[in-house]
Amino acid sequence: MAIYTEEEARKILEKAMSFSKADACVINLGGSESGNIRYARNTVSTAGHQSNQSLAVEASFGKKSGTATIDEFDDASLEKVVRRAEELAQLSPENPEFMEPLGPQTYDESVSYSEATANTTPEFRADVAAKSIKPASEKEVTAAGFLDDGAGFSAMLNSNGLFAYNKSTNVDFTVTMRTDDGTGSGWVTRDYNDISKFDAEEASAIAIDKAVMSREARAIEPGRYTVILEPAAAEELLGNMGRAFNARTADEGRSFMSKEGGGTKLGDKIVDERVTIWSDPLHPDVPTSTWSGEGLPRKKTIWVENGVVKNLAYDRYWASQQGVDPVPYPSNMIMQGGDASLDDMIKSTKRGILVTRFWYIRSVDPQTMLFTGLTRDGTFYIENGQIKYPVKNFRFNESPVIMLNNLEELGEQVRVNGNLIPYMKIRDFTFTSLSDAV
Amino acid sequence: MKRRNFVQLTGLGAGALMLPVSMMGNDIAAEALLEPGLDLFTKKSLADVALNTARSLGASYADARIGRYLNQYVFTREDKVQNVVNTESFGVGVRVIANGTWGFASTNDVTDAGIKKATQQAVAIAKANSKIQTDPVVLAPVEAHGEVSWKTPLKKDFREVPVSEKVELLLDANAAAMNAGANFVNSALFMVNEQKYFASTDGSYIDQDIHRIWPTFGVTAIDREAGKFKSRQALSAPMGMGYEYMDGLESEKLMSPAGFNLYRNSYDIIEDATTAAKQAKEMLTAESVQPGKYDLVLEPNHLGLTIHESVGHPLELDRVLGYEANYAGTSFATLDKWKSGDFKYGSDIVNIVADKTQPHSLGAVGYDDEGVKTKKWDLIRNGILVNYEAIRDQVSILDQNESHGCCYAQSWNDVQFQRMPNISLEAGKEPYSVEEMIKDVEKGIYIAGRGSYSIDQQRYNFQFGGTVFYEIKEGKIVGMLNDVAYQSNTQEFWNSCAKICDEGDYRLFGSFFDGKGQPSQVSAVSHGSSTTRFDGVNVINTGRSV
Repeated sequence: MAIYTEEEARKILEKAMSFSKADACVINLGGSESGNIRYARNTVSTAGHQSNQSLAVEASFGKKSGTATIDEFDDASLEKVVRRAEELAQLSPENPEFMEPLGPQTYDESVSYSEATANTTPEFRADVAAKSIKPASEKEVTAAGFLDDGAGFSAMLNSNGLFAYNKSTNVDFTVTMRTDDGTGSGWVTRDYNDISKFDAEEASAIAIDKAVMSREARAIEPGRYTVILEPAAAEELLGNMGRAFNARTADEGRSFMSKEGGGTKLGDKIVDERVTIWSDPLHPDVPTSTWSGEGLPRKKTIWVENGVVKNLAYDRYWASQQGVDPVPYPSNMIMQGGDASLDDMIKSTKRGILVTRFWYIRSVDPQTMLFTGLTRDGTFYIENGQIKYPVKNFRFNESPVIMLNNLEELGEQVRVNGNLIPYMKIRDFTFTSLSDAV
Repeated sequence: MKRRNFVQLTGLGAGALMLPVSMMGNDIAAEALLEPGLDLFTKKSLADVALNTARSLGASYADARIGRYLNQYVFTREDKVQNVVNTESFGVGVRVIANGTWGFASTNDVTDAGIKKATQQAVAIAKANSKIQTDPVVLAPVEAHGEVSWKTPLKKDFREVPVSEKVELLLDANAAAMNAGANFVNSALFMVNEQKYFASTDGSYIDQDIHRIWPTFGVTAIDREAGKFKSRQALSAPMGMGYEYMDGLESEKLMSPAGFNLYRNSYDIIEDATTAAKQAKEMLTAESVQPGKYDLVLEPNHLGLTIHESVGHPLELDRVLGYEANYAGTSFATLDKWKSGDFKYGSDIVNIVADKTQPHSLGAVGYDDEGVKTKKWDLIRNGILVNYEAIRDQVSILDQNESHGCCYAQSWNDVQFQRMPNISLEAGKEPYSVEEMIKDVEKGIYIAGRGSYSIDQQRYNFQFGGTVFYEIKEGKIVGMLNDVAYQSNTQEFWNSCAKICDEGDYRLFGSFFDGKGQPSQVSAVSHGSSTTRFDGVNVINTGRSV
C-alpha cells in the first residue's frame, strides 16, 4: 500500500526530519499505485500495474544544497538518506538562487481524490477494452486504446515547520478507431479524477462514428478557413501558451510576453475581450492539489481577463528579485465558455472546417508563439450550416494569440487533460498544406 | 499519468533550453556511480531463478534482465550551476511466454525470493491475457550465445571525471558565449551508463556496459528596443562515447561552407558556444526568407532528424501493423508497398541502412534486449523499400526467420519492445565535397542543425526548421536567413534527393530521448549522413506579426 494517510505521512516525515543536522531541510514524500491496459488490432496488447514510493531529502548548508532519495522508510533508511543529502550538500557549489524554506502555510482542502478511482481493478480495465473492441469489430472498425488510472499522494515537511499533504486520483482514456479498410479514423479522449463519471461505451461510440464518417475524405485547398475547434483541439494549442506566462523569461526579454523597449505585456490586451482564462484547484470538474512544489498555497488565479494579461507566474526567487509576491504556476487551465452548442456553431457557419484534434504540435517561433501541427482523426467540411463531407487532414501554421484575436464564438466547456476548455469558432485559421494521412 | 501542458514548472529547462528530461532512479553521490554492481556469478544465479521458475510454471520461453542504470546530469545557466543530478536505478524485469502469450513483471527486490515472485506474476499475467489472445506469439529462432559480454568502446569513463571538471567546462562555455555577446546561456551535460545483464531460456547470458553522452546548450540574444529575441542551439550530437567526446580535437572539426566549424566525433563546446552567440546576434537582423521553391543543402546534424522522422519511424513494423495507432500513429509504408518490390521511396542514389553496430552511435550494442546479436541491414536500396525494423516476435510477418536485433527497454522496470535502430543515409560513392555542392546550386538554402519538426501520424507530410540558415545564390553563400521552414511529403522529398557528398563529410546526428509506446519509453538513436542536396523543395516563411 503506497497511499499513506496524512497522519502516516506526517509521522514518516517527522521521523526523517529528526535526523537532520543541516541549516535547512525540505523533505518530500510521495507514492502512487497505477494500472493500465493497452489494446490494438482489436485485442489486448499489454497490461501493467505499478506501485512507487519515494522520499526525497534536500539538505542545505548556507546556499549549498544536496538531494538524496530513498524508497524504504524504516528508521535506519531515513537516517541514511538524510546523512547522504547532507554529504552531497557539503560537496555542492553554492546556488546563488537558494531560498530559505517557507514557513507554515494554510491550504484549502483539496477535492482531487476519488475512492472509486483508487479501487479500479484489472477486471474493470479489461471490461473497458471489451467495451471498445466489441462495438468496433461489429462495424468493421479496429480499436487501439489506452486506459491509465492511478491514485497518489504527496506530502512535504520543512525545517521551518511547513507541512503539506494532498492525495489525488486520475484516469486518462484515449481510443483511436480506424476503419478496417484504412480510409477512416476517429478518436476520443476522456479524463477524470472520479472514474465513476467515465462511460467507455459512450466514448468509444463517438470515435467509431467519427471513423465511419471520415471515410473517403476529399482534398480541398489549404488556406484560411473558419474553424470550429473541439475542446481537445483547442486545448492542445492553448496548452502550448502556458510557457509564455513565466514572469522571469518575460522580464528577461525572451518571451512572447516581453515588450518592445523593455518591460512585459502584463496589463496589456493581447486577445479578444471575450477571452478569460483562470486556474482554480478547487473547481469541481478539474480539481488539483492546493499547494505548489515550492509549498505556496494555490488559489483561484486569473491569467487573462477580458483579453487582458492579469498575472504572470513568479517563483519565490524571481519574486524576491522583483519585489513582488510569488505567484505559483497554475495546476489547471479554465477558459470561459459561451452559450452556443456545437450544433448552433455549425448552423451559423457558411463555410468552415470542424476539427476533432491536432497532432504533433511544435513551436516554430517562440517570439510570436507560432506553432505548426496537423489535424487528425476526424476533419469535416461545413457549408451553409451543415457538415458536408470529410476532408483530408491539413497542416497548420498558427499562433494561439492570433487565433484568440480571431474569435467568433464560444461554446460549452469540456474537461480535456485536466483543463476545462470550450468549443470555439475561429475565423481565418491558417492551413498551409495538405496531408494524405488517415 | 499524463500531466497538463499548461503547467510549466520552473527550473531546469527554463529559458532557451527546453528539454524533455527523463529522470529515473534514486539520487546518489557521484562517487557511488563508480561502485561495482553485482558480480557475474551472482547475476547468473539470480537470472537462473527466473528462468527455472518460469519453466516450472509451464512457460515456453523466459528472459530476465538485471539492470543497473546510472545517470549523471549537470545543468548550468550563465555563471551559475543550477543542478547536478546523479541517479541509480537497479532491478530486474522478467518476460515470459505462456499459452502463446507474453507476460511481464518487474521488481527492485533483486533476491531469489523477489525474482521468483516477479516471475510468478509474469506467468500469471500471460495466462490471464491468453484467454483473449487471438494470435499466439511466434518467436524467430536465435543463436545460443553462452556467456558473453560487450562494452561501449571508450577512452574516458564519465564516472571517473570529477563533477567539478564538468561544471567548469560548461561555465567556461557559458562565459565564452556571454563574452561573444549573448544575453543568456543555458547549458547541460547528460551522461548515461546502462549496466545490463540478459539471460534467456534460449541459452544466452549476456553482460553489457553501455555509455552515452550529450552536451548541449541554448544561447539567446535579445534586442530590447525592438522587443526581439533569437536563440541558437548547440551543434553537438549526442553520442555513444565516453567523456573523450568533450576533448574538442582539431582533427574532428569540419569547416562549414558558411565559415564556422562543425564537429564529428569530438566536440569543442567553448568554440561552438562562441559561434552560437555571434550567430544568435546576427539572427536579430538577418533577412526574412522569400517563400518558394529552393534547392536545399542539408548538413548531417540537420538531415539526421529528417531521416529519423521520415524514414526511421515509418519503417517500424509495429507502427505499420497498427500497434501504435492510438499514440504515435501508423505508417504510409504499408506491407503491400514493400511486397511489390518496386516502391520508390527515394531517388536511385538513396541507400538507407539500419545498423546497430555503428561505432560511436547511440544505438550501438553487442546484443539487443532479447539476446539477438546486433547487425546491419538494408532498408532502402537504390531508392527501393526493401525491409523494415523488426524483432523476434515480428519477423515471421515478413516471412523472415532472423530478428533484426532492435529490441530495447528503457529500464529493468519496462517491458522491451521494437525500437528504432541507428538509421543512416550512405555517403555518395563519387568524391564530392560540400564546397562543390554549394557551387552547383543556383537558388538554394544551406541548413545546419536541428530545429522545429512536425510530421503527420502516417509520416507523409512534414515541416522542418533548422538551427541556422544561409541563402545560396549562383553557387555562393550570400548571407544568413530567418524564418525558414520546409514542407514536403516523405516520398516526394526523398525522390528529390539529387546529390550526396562523399564520406569525408559523413557524421552522426543523435536523438537522446526519443519517445514511443504507452506508457511512454525513451530510447537513444543516431543517424549518419553526409551533406545532401534536395531539389525544388517548398520553403515557407514562418515570420508573423502579432
